[in-house]
Amino acid sequence: MLSPADITAQSRPAPEGVATRSVRSPVCRAAGLTLAAMARLLSGASARWIASQPDTCQRVYFANHTSHLDALVVWASLPQPVRELTRPVAAKDYWSRGMLRRWLAEEVFDALLIDRTDIKVHQSPVDLMLREIGTTKSLIVFPEGSRSVTGEVGEFKSGLYYLAKKRPDIELVPVHIDNLNRVLPRGEFLPVPLLSCISFGPPMWLERDEMKADFLSRARRAVLALKE
Amino acid sequence: MNDLHTVVLVTGVLGLLLVATAVGQFLARRSDRGVDQGAVRAFNQRLRGWWIMGGLLAVAFWLGVTATVTLFGLVSFWALREFITLTPTRRGDHRALFWVFVLFTPVHYVLVAYNRYDVFSVFLPVYATLFVLARVAFTGDYTRFLERTAKIQAGLVVCVYCVSFAPALLQLPTGTTAPGSGNFRLLFFLILLVQFSDAMQHVWSRLIGRRLVAEEVSSNRTWEGLLGSATSTALLAAALWWAAPPYEPWQAALAGFVIALLGFAGGMTMAAIKRDRGVKDHGTLVVGHGGVLDRIDSLCFAAPVFYHLTLAVSRAAATPLTGG
Repeated sequence: MLSPADITAQSRPAPEGVATRSVRSPVCRAAGLTLAAMARLLSGASARWIASQPDTCQRVYFANHTSHLDALVVWASLPQPVRELTRPVAAKDYWSRGMLRRWLAEEVFDALLIDRTDIKVHQSPVDLMLREIGTTKSLIVFPEGSRSVTGEVGEFKSGLYYLAKKRPDIELVPVHIDNLNRVLPRGEFLPVPLLSCISFGPPMWLERDEMKADFLSRARRAVLALKE
Repeated sequence: MNDLHTVVLVTGVLGLLLVATAVGQFLARRSDRGVDQGAVRAFNQRLRGWWIMGGLLAVAFWLGVTATVTLFGLVSFWALREFITLTPTRRGDHRALFWVFVLFTPVHYVLVAYNRYDVFSVFLPVYATLFVLARVAFTGDYTRFLERTAKIQAGLVVCVYCVSFAPALLQLPTGTTAPGSGNFRLLFFLILLVQFSDAMQHVWSRLIGRRLVAEEVSSNRTWEGLLGSATSTALLAAALWWAAPPYEPWQAALAGFVIALLGFAGGMTMAAIKRDRGVKDHGTLVVGHGGVLDRIDSLCFAAPVFYHLTLAVSRAAATPLTGG
């Protein structure tokens, strides 16, 4: 059996310069700060850290998915030094539509856009994510895959499990998003400025010999536990 | 604002706050003397709220009418956010809510800033209501239609319409003189009395409270607290009559009494809403948001009545009664 270090070494991307972005321009940095402040103001998001601390170590934040604003608001709720190192995974079909959205996603909040319609066997999203984050960046993912209509947290897809398996050294942090689906529900364009809450839970890891289904349901329960 | 009345009022309140803060800090530091630490903490927390409130008001007053109206507009906006967050809404309400937040609330405050009483007195209760009813109907979702529209309507009236009567006081013509520093004192008078009646209600309920008004709604609001607070507030108002321009002492006492009753009613109403939503004191459906709504519930109910009372009093002062 491979030790975690071996697995890490194997899955770590080889090409230089892919993982670490070049230094962002001051305009993009300023736009990033403004965007984060606006997102927090608009969504009235308050961040809670429950038995957990913000940290710049490599992490995967996994959250329930309720609104197009999720990726942006979770990212904006992180403290600035952590935010700099964190890339939300977002749907390519939504975020690459139109000049503004694409600029925001690619340059300002540095999203990792995944094409949900074109998933190939040899180019799985998990491999792409691991290659993009290298050894320094963190990710925000939504393991349900798509936004829930009812506000209930759906079953988790297996991507999170493979992430955890290929990079056992990364901390997995459960995140619960509350009330954001009322700020911008599915199918709506204009947001209503209600109040929302982003809760970060204690980090977890894939246990030795833990089965995929067990791990995914444990991860889902960790998100639900933050609901209270 | 440099006249003697304002100076005396501000100095007096500042002095009281300083003394109270000193006492609060003193009590908080002696845990050995059998004082109820919970009560001391609540007292100090309330004092902190007053300092913040007083500081914001002072800055707004110094900047002038527009800044004060804007401050109350922001408070209303935030309170409405809390109110609607607390109330369950359906997808079909989304677009009506959007316009309520981005159009009706700001426009209402612009009308208040321009002192268009003829328009702002009907804008929200009539036109916003009609809009909300129609907009929700147009979405095609008729489930619990009246219940849903009534919630939005209640939020608008309580959080926006009623609160806006407080800054509207700034442009109320009081008798013969044009609106001026006396109007700032009127607004300050209202807020002072509302806060005082709130505090007195707690004090009297604690001291002699026996009969609860409605146990299911609030476990600490008593009839004794209500009467005690109304009486103390009336006395304070009568003692401060010189600060509120058109008022005679007995009229000020009456205004104080009414403010206390309405403040109490506002507190009960908010408590009922929170109970219904299963939220306890200082309600936070969404955790982490301390209640602006909790702070202003008494003001919501007292402001419009004080406005109209002042209007009536200044009209009576302008046209002296000719004995029959």
